[in-house]
Amino acid sequence: MVPREVVNVASLRHERRIAATADVVWDVVRRPESIPTWFPGIVSCTVEGDVRVITTATGMEIPEKIMTIDSTIRRFAYRVTAPLYTFHLGVIDVIEIGQFDSLCVYSTTAEPDTLALLIAGGTVGALEEIQRLAEAVKG
Amino acid sequence: MGRRILFITTDQQRYDTLGVNGGQLSRTPVLDKLAAQGIRYERCQPTSVVCMPSRSSMLTGQFPSTHGAWMNGVPLAIDAPSVAENLHDAGYATALIGKAHFEPFMDPFGLYAENALANLGIPTIEQDWFDGRRGVHRGFDYLEFATHGVMGPLHYAKYMNEHHADAISGFYQVVDHSLNVNAAGGGDTGAPQVKFNPVPREWYHTDWVADRTIRWLEEQRDDRDWFCWMSFPDPHHPWDPPKSEIARVPWREVPLPVNYPESASEREALLDAKARHWREWYDGRVVSNYEAPAKWVPSTLTSDQVREVNALNAVEVELIDEAIGRVLKSIEAKGWGDDVDVIFTSDHGELQGDFGLLFKGPYHVDGLMRLPLIWRPALSTKPEPSVVRAPVSLVSLAATFLDVAGKPAPSWAEGAVLPSSDDEAKARSFDATFTEWDSSFFGIDVHVRTVVTEDYLYTEYLPGTMHDGSEGELYVLGDDPLQRVNRFDDPALASVRATLAEQLAGHEHRPGERATPGILMAPV
Repeated sequence: MVPREVVNVASLRHERRIAATADVVWDVVRRPESIPTWFPGIVSCTVEGDVRVITTATGMEIPEKIMTIDSTIRRFAYRVTAPLYTFHLGVIDVIEIGQFDSLCVYSTTAEPDTLALLIAGGTVGALEEIQRLAEAVKG
Repeated sequence: MGRRILFITTDQQRYDTLGVNGGQLSRTPVLDKLAAQGIRYERCQPTSVVCMPSRSSMLTGQFPSTHGAWMNGVPLAIDAPSVAENLHDAGYATALIGKAHFEPFMDPFGLYAENALANLGIPTIEQDWFDGRRGVHRGFDYLEFATHGVMGPLHYAKYMNEHHADAISGFYQVVDHSLNVNAAGGGDTGAPQVKFNPVPREWYHTDWVADRTIRWLEEQRDDRDWFCWMSFPDPHHPWDPPKSEIARVPWREVPLPVNYPESASEREALLDAKARHWREWYDGRVVSNYEAPAKWVPSTLTSDQVREVNALNAVEVELIDEAIGRVLKSIEAKGWGDDVDVIFTSDHGELQGDFGLLFKGPYHVDGLMRLPLIWRPALSTKPEPSVVRAPVSLVSLAATFLDVAGKPAPSWAEGAVLPSSDDEAKARSFDATFTEWDSSFFGIDVHVRTVVTEDYLYTEYLPGTMHDGSEGELYVLGDDPLQRVNRFDDPALASVRATLAEQLAGHEHRPGERATPGILMAPV
């Protein structure tokens, strides 16, 4: 029997190598209100304290709680608090590889698992856009 | 003028559901007549046994490992080849009416053109900001979408919401609150994905697809060729046809399928002789893919549930046959009756009780892999009726459409034009078809490759989280048409197995450019 790994909750990850400094990439994602500029399909958002409400292109309003904005390790973490989710944690990590070489990792852990897949699918386009914006910054 | 093309697909329809193919439950006189006038294929295989990869193969003429939409939820690349684009460029008016599903249906961020178009309520997209490189979406200059039930932003759902909102609650809810395929039971037997639907027949999606097709055809000019893909969402689950129609096939009178073992011990013995994931799914220990309800355990399926599902499926098949009949009459009324090639098939099959299972997954047997395929060439060409027993594949459709249009097969097409007789099939070496399965579903990876010849069905399970690469299945189709006796390890068939393995290896290493495999973006 092939040994199985433990998958009690859906946990997905996408990543992107970006030709920009880690600080530049981090600058794209670190502000909660910036998400409509780099997440395709999120057309607007409101931010009050640590609560962000995003509106998608299909008209869905999804509330989120900002959990972590840590510039020292360049990590942004948030939870979707919509009742459809029994659990969600989204984490964006920006990791320095070299001077103009970074890795941006967008992780989605959620229950129900199908919803994890839907959010994670969206993060693929988000990473592309983060890359585009970061690499457009000179210097 | 050339030959017009009516391409009719259904979703999840078995070979043996048509009268002309020996089906006993449904009356399908329209399709039976088309078969009698043209070419009926006895062993047509899909490139994949789920919707998105299979439909993408119809459009691109490529295997999933080439076009890159390798499982449901992986979008076909927007710049993938499209036979509709070639036909459009050749001057054809091109339409797709019904279920497309080249892109994920679940789309909260509105990322995909199919959903966005329907959400905007527009059928024509000659706009720069919509895939402007082609001018039209995937080569179709007219699109109206439907899927199973009344879901999402698609055109059929908009129609129902605008005109018959009170009837929507009568449909089965295909997915549950967690967006998994719903396991809730209904009907008389509590079978999953079954419901008595009070919707009037004329509002049901089968008739809607036919109505919209007729409307589009009526708008076409006499001096222009057209290619119309009429794509019915049925008889895919849910099994919720209009209640007014279900008396056509009383489920209590439906015989059990020939491949449904009534005793649990027989079922389990058959499953145990196959690769391990069969039995693990049956027992509810593994859900390897999204396409069956995650919370439903196949071993709970009862004989009566199998009867009821098959009865409702048969009703849906009859409604489709009648809808096709209406469309063909409208074509006659336009005076085009002799000038239209009609091709009918389905994207994949349905287990429908075979081995005690329902729905679909990585199970490469006839229930999922043997498809109805009928090609009635334009009567003006005086087609010679025939039956082709050689294995053919849906991957051949794109080249066939272009051949009908008098155009050569493009370099990207991996399938050759369908043969019109067994003699032609032999002369052109139609001796094997290939079906692929790749899935990655929350830590469970399954990879399957199958070759079907006139005599054998041979499957290899590649290494993944369920299989270590040593398992497989080999069925001798002549002796074992129901694929019950797995002879993968039979020493008497060692040389046969080696030859078939070589054919599979040849498929894996075939020449040609492959698209980068797409990324899984949604469950479906």
